[in-house]
Amino acid sequence: MNDMLYPAAVIAVVAVVTWSLRAVPFLIFGNRPLPKVMQYLGKALHPAIMTILVLYCLRNTDVNHSPFGIPELTACSLVVCLQILRSNMYLSIITGTVCYMILIRIL
Amino acid sequence: MQELRFAVRNTIPIFFTYLFIGIAFGMLMSDAGYGVLLSTASGLFIFAGSMQIVMVPMMISGASLPSLALMTFFINARHIFYGIGFIEQFRRMGWRRPYMILTLTDETYSVLCSVQYEKGLDKDRAAFLIAMLDHLYWVFGCFLGACAGQYLQFDLRGIDFSATAFFLVVVINQWRQYRSKLPFLTAAVCATGFYLLLGKEQFLIPSLITCLAALILLKKPIEAKEAYRDE
Repeated sequence: MNDMLYPAAVIAVVAVVTWSLRAVPFLIFGNRPLPKVMQYLGKALHPAIMTILVLYCLRNTDVNHSPFGIPELTACSLVVCLQILRSNMYLSIITGTVCYMILIRIL
Repeated sequence: MQELRFAVRNTIPIFFTYLFIGIAFGMLMSDAGYGVLLSTASGLFIFAGSMQIVMVPMMISGASLPSLALMTFFINARHIFYGIGFIEQFRRMGWRRPYMILTLTDETYSVLCSVQYEKGLDKDRAAFLIAMLDHLYWVFGCFLGACAGQYLQFDLRGIDFSATAFFLVVVINQWRQYRSKLPFLTAAVCATGFYLLLGKEQFLIPSLITCLAALILLKKPIEAKEAYRDE
């Protein structure tokens, strides 16, 4: 039982910290009416956060060593082109991911 | 029923991402000697992909609880920003509200902030089902990886690109929806600037904070372009 104690405590700590972070904006604004600037931010932040999230996902791309980020660049370009031309989310994601998985193996 | 179908359709890309990353986590856990119960509990209660994966080697080395708390803070601090756009929507959701808040991951956030609700759909019910389905996919992945990891020896390297691809698709769709391109450009400049300045491990939080401040300063020009879209 004792060897369950430590991992269980770890899971509890990680969960509680994660929950607290997710709850921050809700704790700050609670049930009060939302200030105008927050209503505005609620809308304007979405595209900004998503843009940063994409760049964050690509942060480990290494352009100085082989394969020089070619898989990331190719797969991302493919996703962008397909999404613009066909507007089919599933097609864009599946093709992009398969392309990336093939490229990191052959390059 | 209509809402469930809608939620399934909008979370299919997350299904694959979560299933495979969840399996990867479950396999790490079982390799480290932690069983199905702990893997599944992690998925159920923590529900944060990268932190769960970082947690495993820290547990193996017997890291202290405060150091795990600190690590969690740094890895998941970005989640502070996700709620900002949902304060009012979640407020309407009554008993579902705590669940919506605590399960707001990168992926659920990106679905909720880009989904186009169809006419006649109960929006709050659909949002709740989206959050719950994502959570289920993740817990199922963690469970599957822990109990069947040794039988699933596929080479899945690179499958995590599906999350990047999904986020990219969301950005493209938003690019079409938003009249003002300033939020995108501000974000790209902030992220690239801090990436070059601080490096890949440290740039995220300063980028988000600076971008938020910049967007407040740019309120006038952005609202001028978006204003007429308000119902």
